Amino acid sequence: MSDTTVSAPVTASGAEPAPEPASSSRAQQRKARKNASKDPKRKITWDRVWAQRALLAMAVPLLLYQILFKYVPVYGWAIAFQRYKPGRGSIWNQQWVGLENFHNLFTGVNGERFRQVVVNTMGQSVLTLIVGTFGAIVLALLLNEVKNLPFKRIMQNITYMPHFLSWVIVASLASVALSLPSSGGFINQGLISLHLVDEPVLFLTQPNYFWEIVAGTNLWKELGWNTILYLAAITAIDPGLYEAAEVDGAGRYRKMFSITLPSIRPTIVVLLIINSGWILSTNFELPYFLGNGLVSEKSETIDVFVLRYGYQLGNYSLAVVAGIFKTIVAVILVGSANLAAKRLNQETLV
Amino acid sequence: MSGTTVAKPLPRRASRGGSRRRKRTVEQIIFTTLNTTFLLALAALMIYPLLNTLAISLNDGNDAVRGGIGIWPRVFSLQNYHVVFNMTTIYQAFVMSVLKTVVVVATNLFFTSMLAYALSRKEFIFRRSITLIFVLTMYFDAGLIPNYLLIRDLGMLNSFQAYWVPTIISAFNLIVLRTYMKSIPDEIIESARTDGAGEFRMWWQIVMPLCKPALAVVGLFVAVASWNSWLDTLLYNSGDQALSTLQYELQKLLASSMNAGMNSVAATGSAQSGGQVTTPIALRSTITMVAAVPILLVYPFLQKHFVSGLVIGSVKG
Repeated sequence: MSDTTVSAPVTASGAEPAPEPASSSRAQQRKARKNASKDPKRKITWDRVWAQRALLAMAVPLLLYQILFKYVPVYGWAIAFQRYKPGRGSIWNQQWVGLENFHNLFTGVNGERFRQVVVNTMGQSVLTLIVGTFGAIVLALLLNEVKNLPFKRIMQNITYMPHFLSWVIVASLASVALSLPSSGGFINQGLISLHLVDEPVLFLTQPNYFWEIVAGTNLWKELGWNTILYLAAITAIDPGLYEAAEVDGAGRYRKMFSITLPSIRPTIVVLLIINSGWILSTNFELPYFLGNGLVSEKSETIDVFVLRYGYQLGNYSLAVVAGIFKTIVAVILVGSANLAAKRLNQETLV
Repeated sequence: MSGTTVAKPLPRRASRGGSRRRKRTVEQIIFTTLNTTFLLALAALMIYPLLNTLAISLNDGNDAVRGGIGIWPRVFSLQNYHVVFNMTTIYQAFVMSVLKTVVVVATNLFFTSMLAYALSRKEFIFRRSITLIFVLTMYFDAGLIPNYLLIRDLGMLNSFQAYWVPTIISAFNLIVLRTYMKSIPDEIIESARTDGAGEFRMWWQIVMPLCKPALAVVGLFVAVASWNSWLDTLLYNSGDQALSTLQYELQKLLASSMNAGMNSVAATGSAQSGGQVTTPIALRSTITMVAAVPILLVYPFLQKHFVSGLVIGSVKG
């Protein structure tokens, strides 16, 4: 860490030339856009609309389609204010109860359970994000040091592969890997043969391991895939920087910590910020598949709560309240994360 | 392997003192060896669970219950695959998964590329507002139950339409395609226009053939997402066994083994089909392989494209 702060001036002078044109061209674009809107030729007139009828015919039906399937469902939020009974059919035949469901979920009978659900969601997401980011950066740095290109490509292909497996398959593989040695649990087998434990651990029955299991399984699935953007950022680094450092006698580690890491720091920060916007929206499948009665106090996340407690047990109204809570928080988080990333990105570029 | 990797960077530094260079060389050999070992171990960790599952699926079912199978079957047998493909539910689910994926990829590529073409034209008046409405759907989701209610109210529950109609456009893929189309030189479009081509002709005959790499990426993303999805089956189509998919069948199997008590995977018991018998652990491994293999077969052919697709999408999105 201390290395990165020391080397800051090196990157400031070195990394700038590449990003700078991008930012200035962006500013130019913005200016051009402003002028364009004043330009009478760009004004929307019926003539222009008619001239573009073919483009409109391509776009407008699909726009309406998207509005129908992505925005219209919001009418379902009405049942958050009702005592919804599926048997009564349409949502217009239901009994309206005001904010009863909100009280029920946040402060009432289900308050304690729902607070734990929110804590679980955030805990699993934060752990997954930290472990995943750290792992991806380390792997990207190590892959970058491989000079034998075929070997590097094979390694990349192997580590990307789990990303394409479905969560059902990954959960199935994880449940086998974490089981008893007699059921194929190679993790227990490894721990025993390394004498780290005497007895096999029943990982999936112990609440306190659950967050780590989720983070670890996510790491296994997405590790290689998450290196892609970091590797792309590393290839964009000016090779002259490395040559200059070599002339100054910098070794491999020095170059890694003083050039590579500081140069990809904007990428790291932006990805961290953007991903933290999804803190309530990730981790649905694994807790749903691997969670069970014994660990539910640590496994249940908002989406699992909505599906299991709401949809499958028929508590639609409560589930919609939880869903609204999640959506609103997610939109606020993602929105501010994107704004922050944009602002930060510009500052690092200027 | 380590020998060749070390040799390359050295000659450039020939002006340095000899003893120092030797030190650097030793250090480099150590680093390269450690790095290579670490990466190989990591690759083994990524591949082992799949190889293990493959070995169990190719092993005799009753023998597999004894456990201890590594990456090679102990008693080789194709019995499990016979059993699985003779189970009507699994066979039907496999066909449904293939059909669903094909329809979803075809409709997605058609509609997404058409919209992307319109939004890539600089002169198109509403392109900014339309793009914004689509991009916002990446962040805004009405929620699982409201979506379910819409599908129900549209009368699409327990129908094949529920698989492909709600998802013909994804905002992320739209941005990837639009960005790619924007990079096509204007001269090509303009010369086609002066030759009298209309917008639909231009999209279909001029732009589409130039977009093959981007279409391959988007097609892969869509195919993988469709093949891997299970929630749409659970929510919309679980009432009709004929519409079940492979992932959903595997999920039911996983859920029953989780419910039956932890680690009951190896519990004795048997799954029957047409007089042939296998055990739960062998059955689950076999269905896992059947669900995973199509992805793993397509993957090597398209993997060189998807990296560029991801980078395009994230840079310009």
